Amino acid sequence: MPGPLTLSQKVWNSHIVREEPGAPSLIYVDLHLVHEVTSPQAFSGLRERGLKVRRADLTVATTDHSIPTSDRSLPILDPIAKNQVEQLEINCKEFGIPHYGVHSEHQGIVHVIGPELGFTQPGMTVVCGDSHTATHGAFGALAFGIGTSEVQNVLATQTLLQRPSKTFKVEVNGTLKPGVSAKDIILALCAKVGIGGGTGSVFEYTGAAIRALDMEGRMTVSNMSIEAGARAGMVAPDDTTFHYLNGRPFVPKGQAWEAALARWKQLPTDDGALFDSEVVIDGDTLTPMITWGTNPGMGVPISGAVPDPSTIPDALERDAVVKALEYMNLEPGKPILGRAVNVVFIGSCTNSRITDLRAAAALLKGRKVSPNVRVMVVPGSMEVKRQAIAEGLPEIFRAAGCDYREPGCSMCIAMNGDQLAPGEYSVSTSNRNFEGRQGKGGRTFLASPLTAAASALTGVVTDVRSLL
Amino acid sequence: MKPYLPFESRLVPLPKNNIDTDQIIPARFLKTTSKEGLDKNLFCDWRQDPNFILNTPRGQNAQILLAGDNFGCGSSREHAPWALTQFGFRAVISTSFADIFKQNSLKNSLVPIVVPADVHAKLFALPEEAKVKVDLASQTLTLPDGETVKFPVDSFSKTCLLEGIDELGWILKQEPAIAAYESTRPYSLNTSSSGT
Repeated sequence: MPGPLTLSQKVWNSHIVREEPGAPSLIYVDLHLVHEVTSPQAFSGLRERGLKVRRADLTVATTDHSIPTSDRSLPILDPIAKNQVEQLEINCKEFGIPHYGVHSEHQGIVHVIGPELGFTQPGMTVVCGDSHTATHGAFGALAFGIGTSEVQNVLATQTLLQRPSKTFKVEVNGTLKPGVSAKDIILALCAKVGIGGGTGSVFEYTGAAIRALDMEGRMTVSNMSIEAGARAGMVAPDDTTFHYLNGRPFVPKGQAWEAALARWKQLPTDDGALFDSEVVIDGDTLTPMITWGTNPGMGVPISGAVPDPSTIPDALERDAVVKALEYMNLEPGKPILGRAVNVVFIGSCTNSRITDLRAAAALLKGRKVSPNVRVMVVPGSMEVKRQAIAEGLPEIFRAAGCDYREPGCSMCIAMNGDQLAPGEYSVSTSNRNFEGRQGKGGRTFLASPLTAAASALTGVVTDVRSLL
Repeated sequence: MKPYLPFESRLVPLPKNNIDTDQIIPARFLKTTSKEGLDKNLFCDWRQDPNFILNTPRGQNAQILLAGDNFGCGSSREHAPWALTQFGFRAVISTSFADIFKQNSLKNSLVPIVVPADVHAKLFALPEEAKVKVDLASQTLTLPDGETVKFPVDSFSKTCLLEGIDELGWILKQEPAIAAYESTRPYSLNTSSSGT
């Protein structure tokens, strides 16, 4: 009998197709999500070898990265983006893969539509040519990003050669205070362990503050596991998970639902299971977080100061801070609150779900955003868009002076023309603040939807707790 | 793929930690549907600076990039190793690599070489013209003073690289095991349907 196992070990063990000593394991993939950017070369590879897609019924595609978030009835003006979008349509048609394309009523960011349609289920292995595939771990799935060669391997064989990751427990205790949200948990983790802290590991998020999060909040946390270096981040499924899933289009119904539920309830980590690493975050004392630098690990509590490199002993680390401050044009040791911003972006696979839009709208309702700030609100999917309409959110955003747009990745990755101008500052609910990520020369402060909405109102980096 | 043979090269030092894939190749160049022509956009934004190393003679005709800790963090884009190999690199040396970048590199004949901090520092201190030898078969780096340093590499990837074979050929031969596994799966997902 095996000893006590963690959630990730259980999912791993149940997906081993073949294992030989010394060789990587052959792992079965339950759900393969495909998008336009990382798949074209994989489909070309299949054609060159004369291969078919083995399990189109376990594969689903959407178009999200390269498409405009403006009027969808208009053609895509960028010819290179247009070609990429059309190529995905051609590939899906030729290989028989269901595709929620630009004009589909279910189109959206791949990591938003997977869960919302019920494709993502506990205990599954989920892969996608996208590092934010970690999002799906919120359901107790083992979900991770892969490169295009692996996309090709999965299309052809529905399997991957992998070595098991180490286990890393992230315990978030206590109760979050008003104004503090899931995004602040994950930014705090990135700041604590650093951008490479989880390399080689799968995070498992536990503790009262994680249990108290809704599924959207858990997705926000899992989504950014990769920003702390971990390829995957998981949350054990519980009643919150089951309640979210029940009735979604691709979730089992009737007797099959009961059978699935019985399986899913076996997934949580066994008592006594050991983790290779552990870290604890105190939810009671957590405050809103914001990044000041050029990687997601460069974050501080919102009332904190930008670091002073003269206090850092290690030369490369000191140099990194100096370079980041230069790029961000920030002065060492100064507070980040009150820093003027040009753009606020509410969207991305991290924070574009209905609860994110609700949180921002609740703060913006009856108020006006600063005339100095361009505020973009980009729902994560057509479904989120419909739900927002049903709740009257677009009117709130528009009345406040926001630009409310069509679903897509938008200014998170700035491939589609939604971007910062050189030197501009954003407060962004997305996941990466790398140099140029939101547009060449653009400067990003990562924060929660609440912090973003608060900063939109004032035109400067603002502690949302001052407006509650 | 060609078999990965031993070689000797100068180093191109990039003394910066956490070099992310958005720096290696910015996202605006990912709209292509081909693997070709990515080298011209390698480190595109940093190359705007005429003094950036890839714009200097030292950055040309060398096959080893020497980078700071945690190289290749960020996105899963395989365009990063494609751009690096098209530029001429065959190995990157660092103290650590991001997981997805490492996997992507090994599939593209770009060997991620992990060395301890002291060796890392010694490599950065080498003179510009110094050459280092990479031998994958023995998993060794040989420094100009004759010191040899062992580096770890996944045994399966090593075999694929040395023999010039890709993984997919090997996986396709596992068809019986894949079919046997499929017959036991508890999931009944069918993405082609309109839902359950």
